[in-house]
Amino acid sequence: MLHIVNKSPFERNSLESCLRLAKQGSAVLLIEDAVYGATKGGSVETQVRGAMANLKVYALGADLQARGVADRVMDGVTVVDYGGFVDLVAEHSNLQSWL
Amino acid sequence: MFTSSEDMDTDEGGVVKKFMFVNRKAPYGTIYALEGLEVVLISAAFEQDVSLAFVDDGVYELKKGQDTKALGQENFSPTYRALEGYDIEKLYVERESLEARGLTEDDLLVDVQVVSSAELADLMVEQDVVISF
Repeated sequence: MLHIVNKSPFERNSLESCLRLAKQGSAVLLIEDAVYGATKGGSVETQVRGAMANLKVYALGADLQARGVADRVMDGVTVVDYGGFVDLVAEHSNLQSWL
Repeated sequence: MFTSSEDMDTDEGGVVKKFMFVNRKAPYGTIYALEGLEVVLISAAFEQDVSLAFVDDGVYELKKGQDTKALGQENFSPTYRALEGYDIEKLYVERESLEARGLTEDDLLVDVQVVSSAELADLMVEQDVVISF
């Protein structure tokens, strides 16, 4: 299953809930303001790192670059472009876009 | 996404998909909870395999004793009790969300299955379509 999150983890709890409810082996794609959740040095880093033991985490490069944080991505997070976004959707049999 | 009603009338029956609606917003503060409920009712008309999950502030949608008279908005909470009449009987509430808000199953206005995060995660991956509100 692919989970897509688009809200900053510093403003909303959607990433936290997604990480709690994503089954082992699922993929999580961070887009828009959720890409801040893929960056180092913040208060959510520990939580996201912990989740990466069971989940594959991706972040959309265009959103990282737009926000000036492309050089702060945590190790273990895979940065994808729009083509990669499409591939992720196509590879998974179902998905959830978190609101 | 939906199978047409014509297909449903054939002997073979239509394609029935598993739909889960995940409710994560409190009622009244935003329109999400009410809009989500309306989509659930629409989905019932298409005879799909529908379940509802209540997570985070979504559990407040099911709190007993809602009274919106002074607020001037519609109290739509009784509608959750009517879902059974539309063959929507799978209502799952995440235990962790209830406990975080100091609520128990007795505080809810409809019969639900209280499930753990892990159980809800298992239910989610089984779905064909998951829609968040």
